[in-house]
Amino acid sequence: MSLAGVGALVRSVSLRSMRVWQRNRDVYFVTWKTNLFPPLAEPILYLLAFGAGIGALVKEVEYRDRMVGYTAFIAPGLLATQVMFQAFFETTYNTFVRMHYQRTFDAIITTPLSLEDVMAGELLWATTKGTISCAVMMVAISFFGLLHYPHALLIVPFSLLAGLLFAGLGLCFTGVVPQIDSFNLPTFLFIMPMFLFSGTFFPLDVLPLWAQRIANLLPLTHVANVIRELGLGRMPADLAWDLLYLVALAPPLCLLGIHLMKRRLVK
Amino acid sequence: MPSVIEARGLTKTFGRLGAVNGVSFAVDAGECYGFLGPNGAGKTTTVKMIHCSAPITSGDLSVFGMGVRDAPRAIKRRIGVCQQEDNLDPDFSVRKNLTVFARYFGIPAVQAADRARELLEFMGLWERRDARIRELSGGLKKRLAIARALVNDPDLLILDEPTTGLDPQSRHQVWDRVRTLRRQGKTILLTTHYMDEAQSLCDRLVIMDHGRILVEGAPSDLVRSRVGREVVEVYGFPPDLPEYARAQGWTFEADTHRLWIHTDSGEAVFAAIARLYPAERCTVRMAGLEDLFLKLTGRELRE
Repeated sequence: MSLAGVGALVRSVSLRSMRVWQRNRDVYFVTWKTNLFPPLAEPILYLLAFGAGIGALVKEVEYRDRMVGYTAFIAPGLLATQVMFQAFFETTYNTFVRMHYQRTFDAIITTPLSLEDVMAGELLWATTKGTISCAVMMVAISFFGLLHYPHALLIVPFSLLAGLLFAGLGLCFTGVVPQIDSFNLPTFLFIMPMFLFSGTFFPLDVLPLWAQRIANLLPLTHVANVIRELGLGRMPADLAWDLLYLVALAPPLCLLGIHLMKRRLVK
Repeated sequence: MPSVIEARGLTKTFGRLGAVNGVSFAVDAGECYGFLGPNGAGKTTTVKMIHCSAPITSGDLSVFGMGVRDAPRAIKRRIGVCQQEDNLDPDFSVRKNLTVFARYFGIPAVQAADRARELLEFMGLWERRDARIRELSGGLKKRLAIARALVNDPDLLILDEPTTGLDPQSRHQVWDRVRTLRRQGKTILLTTHYMDEAQSLCDRLVIMDHGRILVEGAPSDLVRSRVGREVVEVYGFPPDLPEYARAQGWTFEADTHRLWIHTDSGEAVFAAIARLYPAERCTVRMAGLEDLFLKLTGRELRE
C-alpha cells in the first residue's frame, strides 16, 4: 500500500462509522445477558482453579524484585487475555458472519456509508466490546480484593488501546481467510501462544533469555505488563516503552485490516 | 429534463473477464426502467455500479448528474436499493430493521419511527412489526427489504430481481406495490428474468446478454417491431415444416419439439399450416416479450 493509498483510505473514513458501532451495540444489548455473563463468571472459575489449585502450590511469585501473591499476579493477566479474546474474536468470527453469511455490509454500503466507514465501525465496536468485558471482569476480580484502586481505574481507558490493536489484527485475518474455519490457524498460531506465553500465568523471567525475547515481541506481553502494574497500584516509568510499542502497532494493523477487507469486498 | 441515470460506454471487467461490455443507456425521471436478461448477462453488475458498490472499469456513469466516481455518498443518499439476496438483519425485529437502516442515512430517531410505521403499513407488514426475521416467509422478507429501500424516501428505487423465488401471491403483491410507487412518481430501476414482470411493470427496458445491450425500448413496441403481432406455435411439428416455412418466407424459431412462426397475420399462417398438418397441434397467440427474448438470446441453457 502506497503512502497516497493510506491517505485516501484514511480520508474515506467518516464519523458515519459510528452508525455501524451503534448497530453492533444494539445487537449486543438485544442479548446482553448472555454477553455479560461470561466475563463475570470466567475470572471466578480461573481464580478458583489457579488460586485454590495452583495457588496452593505456589503461594507467591517473584515479580520485578518483589513478592506478589499468585492470584494477584494472574488476575491482571486474565484481564489482558479477556481484551484480546473479545476484540480478536469480534473482528474475526463475528465480522466474518456479518460479511459472508448475513451480507450485512452489502446492505450498509448502499447507504451513504463507505466500506471504510463500515470497517472502522467494526473496529471501534470490537474495541468497545473488549473494554466492556474487561470492565465487567474487573468488577468480579475486585471482589477478591486483587486490584489496587485508583490506579486500576486506568485499566479501562488503556483497554481501548489494547482492544483496538487486537481488533485490527483480527480484521487483517478476516481480509484474507478463505472460509470461517480458517480462523483456527491464526487462533492456534498467534492467539493461544500469546494467551500462554505473555507473562499472563507466570513471570517471563523464569524463561530462557531467547524465549523472553520472543515473548517481548508479542503484543499481549506489553498489554499484560501495563495492566499488571496498574492493577498492583504502580506506574513505573518503563511502562512508557510498552505503551509506545502498542501505540505504534495498533494504527497500522487497523489500516492494513481495512485495506485487506476493501480488497476482498470491492470487486 | 436531465436523465436520472446516464451510462456511456460503461464497462466492467473482472480480471480478463468482461462482465459489462460498453453499455449505454439513459433512465428518465418517473419511469420504470427494466433490465431483462438471462443469468450472467451483467444486470446485477450494472446495478452495483449504479449504486456505487462496484467501481467502474471504464466509460461514464452518472446518477442525478453526478459521477459515480466523484460523489458516491451524495448519490447513495438519494437512492434506495433492494438487493437480490436476503441481507436483512436477523438480530433485529422487523421494525428495528427499518429504524437501524434509517440511522445510516442520518434520519433522526423520532422521524425514523414514523417513517418505519408508514412503510410497514404500506407494505402490509405492520401486524408483523415485532416479528424476528427468521420467522418471516420469503415473500414477507422481500416486502420488508423493499420497505427498507424506501426508508430515505429515495428519488431512485433499485430493485434487483425483486420476485425471484417468490410464490405467485407474493409476486403479485410486490408488483402491486411497485405499480403504486411508480404512480407516485418514483423512478424505478428493475432487473428481472421474468418476461411477465418486465412486460407488465416496465415503461422501457433493455434486453441484455453477455454484458451487452441487445435492444432498448417500450416492451410492446419492441415486440411489435422485432417479432410481429402474433405467434403461431406448432407442437411436435413434422420434419419438413421448417423447409415449408422457409419457402413461405416466414420468420420462425424452432427447438426439438416446437416451432414458432412470427407474423403479423396469424390467421392466414394458421390456415396455411392447418391445411397440411393436424390443426390441434397448432395455436395462434399474441406475440410477447418471451418470443423476443428467446429470439435475441437463443435457447441454450445458461449456467
